[in-house]
Amino acid sequence: MKLHPMIAALRRHKAGVVLIALQIALTLAIVCNAVFIIGQRIERVNRPTGLVEDNLMLVTQSWVGAPSGDQPGDVEKLDSLLQADLAALRAMPDVESVVPINSLPLLNSSWTGSVALKPGSDLRAGNARSVYYFGDEHLLKTLGLKLVAGRGFTAADVRNRGFRDSGTPAVIIVTKALADKLYPKGDALGKAIYLDGGSSPSTIIGEVERLQAPSTGSWVNGFLWNATIEPFRLNANFSRYAIRTKPGRLQAVMHAVPDVLYGVSRMRVLDDDSVKSFAQIRQEAYRSDVGMAILMGVVCLILLGVTAAGIVGLTSFWVGQRHRQIGVRRALGARKIDILHYFQMENLLISGAGALIGLGLAIGLNMLLMKHFEMDRLPVLYVLAGIVAVMALGQGAVFAPARRASNVPPVVATRSA
Amino acid sequence: MVMLDYYFRLGLRSLRRNPMLTALMVMAIGFGVAASMTTYSVFRAVSGNPIPDKSARLFTPQIDGWGPQQNLQNNEPGEALGYIDAMALMTAHKARRQTVLYKVQLSVIPGGNRDLPLNANGYAVTSDFFTMFEVPFRYGGGWSTRDDDARASGIVISDVLNQKLFGGADSVGRTLDLGGHDYQIVGVTSHWNPRPRFYDLFSTNGFGKEPDIYMVFNRAMDLEMRPGGRNSCRGSLSYTTWQEYLQSNCVWITPWVELDSPAEVAGYRRFLTNYAAEQQHAGRFNWAPNVRLRDVMQWMDYEQVVPPESRISLAVALGFFLICLVNTIGLLLAKFMRRAGEIGVRRALGATRGEIYTQYLIEAGTVGLAGGLLGLLFTAIGVAGVGVLFRPEIAKLAKLDPSLVALTFAVAIVATVLAAFYPAWRAARVQPAWQLKSS
Repeated sequence: MKLHPMIAALRRHKAGVVLIALQIALTLAIVCNAVFIIGQRIERVNRPTGLVEDNLMLVTQSWVGAPSGDQPGDVEKLDSLLQADLAALRAMPDVESVVPINSLPLLNSSWTGSVALKPGSDLRAGNARSVYYFGDEHLLKTLGLKLVAGRGFTAADVRNRGFRDSGTPAVIIVTKALADKLYPKGDALGKAIYLDGGSSPSTIIGEVERLQAPSTGSWVNGFLWNATIEPFRLNANFSRYAIRTKPGRLQAVMHAVPDVLYGVSRMRVLDDDSVKSFAQIRQEAYRSDVGMAILMGVVCLILLGVTAAGIVGLTSFWVGQRHRQIGVRRALGARKIDILHYFQMENLLISGAGALIGLGLAIGLNMLLMKHFEMDRLPVLYVLAGIVAVMALGQGAVFAPARRASNVPPVVATRSA
Repeated sequence: MVMLDYYFRLGLRSLRRNPMLTALMVMAIGFGVAASMTTYSVFRAVSGNPIPDKSARLFTPQIDGWGPQQNLQNNEPGEALGYIDAMALMTAHKARRQTVLYKVQLSVIPGGNRDLPLNANGYAVTSDFFTMFEVPFRYGGGWSTRDDDARASGIVISDVLNQKLFGGADSVGRTLDLGGHDYQIVGVTSHWNPRPRFYDLFSTNGFGKEPDIYMVFNRAMDLEMRPGGRNSCRGSLSYTTWQEYLQSNCVWITPWVELDSPAEVAGYRRFLTNYAAEQQHAGRFNWAPNVRLRDVMQWMDYEQVVPPESRISLAVALGFFLICLVNTIGLLLAKFMRRAGEIGVRRALGATRGEIYTQYLIEAGTVGLAGGLLGLLFTAIGVAGVGVLFRPEIAKLAKLDPSLVALTFAVAIVATVLAAFYPAWRAARVQPAWQLKSS
């Protein structure tokens, strides 16, 4: 098939050609970026926290009229309140284990600092930034963390301390990511490191495979997997308990926990948000990511539909306009398939031009998004896949009108238009 | 006028003529408008001015107490003040009205027919808080500066808490036990929860639940109430007692001043710089004065109150709308040019180009109207579904109110008519003779 007459014919429909090409270009630009955003969000939401998330829940509560923690003796009073709660929760029949803890992955309540190989170095020049988790000897078991080296805490390792007091633990457990950052040779176990520019050492007694930081914000991106676990019960006028229930008993325990805690003491506040399953925590943390992925998906689908509809509309119009010319071509010996190919080829030309413009637009839009919304660079693969997709969309959309054109009988040529 | 009405009816008739083309256009406009309007409704809610009549007169001062080594990005000072600087501003009293505030978390001790404690979260503030921020009262009112100085135990509670505790009755003068200390209720607010909560963007994301109580700042100091919101410190933390905490570099108090004229603003800025210079002179700061004085909108902008997903979805929706319009131009072109013959006849019978032009623009307007109706339906669905994307406290803010309905129609019609300019122009240029000859 010769392209020359086709291009000459297109010149007579400049407006329509420009509109279809423009639409293809804009669609390509938006769909590429939208699919890229979806992919990134899905990747983010699917990264494992390192916990065994089934049958895991968290209770957050505060004591009313409890000591502030500022007076001598306060910390011990608070600790006895905490111990009483722990004993009651651990005595529940459906509960497997309980740990008092300051936060959980995805909870967006963080305690951060830095760890260094040398004592007293400047806080921010620390060798690695880290998030801190505080808990007792039940922490690994309750969260379901996987120990890859060394040992977990024993009851003898665990101390209690006021929430606002500073205190350095003699022993700590770190994530493998943090251990490898500090000791790239993999010999972190047994080494002493220094927390927050302090001068007393903490010995690494264990490494866990993976434990995510509590925050899902971008500010933790540099140290998302660097976690340090300290064997402390933190004493404040509020507390958090992570609870692992027996399989399938999560709902029952969630339901029973408020009464059990009120049974220990009624002078406390438990509100609607106090008892949460880990699934709820995960859902809240990633709400906007999942929402964004859904929004982009819906926009993409409608967009492709609208673009296809536009192509169908304009091509149908052209077919109607050229009704007589098609008849003439048929009368002069063109086969049905030639007419079909003509319209398909025409569409390929237009959408090819549109895709070329769209390539530029997609990259431009991506650069704009990178500047304003912390996006990564759009991989070329996405753009290439996008080009193939819009060309296929064009061919799909043009098929019905083109087939109608190919069915125009040669006898049309003999009638006056 | 008669002709316009006739064109409008012609437009309606033409909508019925190619139902497929019409449906495509109406759907495209409907989807485009709905996507834009849904995301806009959220954007409007989160970026709106929470106190329009005063936002240009309320300022939050910042003073650099950390130094260039420890400051935030771009050498921005901390987003709140420590106790020393906050008290210095209050004592200097260089603004007509001024307040300092921080978040406190208390609980109502059981009593009467309640056997469980209740959370009572709110703010420790000074007397000017209520007048500066135009807090509406149901019963009673705020307190006076004398109560500030007397470190009084007066308290203002929200009508929500008043409902819970006193069944909505006038509780002014009654006593409330919060965390083991008695407070006298001096006022009950009407519903007041400006969103974004411009006055506390340090501790909140701007979209929290309505506070339950407002207590006297000095009273909270006497009771050594640690901040129930954010607290940001630099260096290694060495404080343990309350006094050490007050003297530390931790920032946790948000100050606000009301300044009525540019001269007052300039004057206050000078005062801040002089204060910082004095502190440098006295050796407390060893860096040059680094102060900020932002008004409400500047402060919201700096604190990035608008969630990024709101901006990005608005941008995507606008792009989407643009494509829908390009699509509409194409379809209108096809629709109008199909009737070239009819246009030729009308032109031959004496219709001017202007008349053809008007007719087709009005026809496009009817398409826009239909698109607007459909768009309204989709917008209603979209607004109901924004909870998928946004936190519940933000999703709640998106509403389909009369102004949004009007805007949806206006955008749909104006956009369609704009899109019709080129196709209508093409229609008006149809050569009558040429059309008549060929048919």
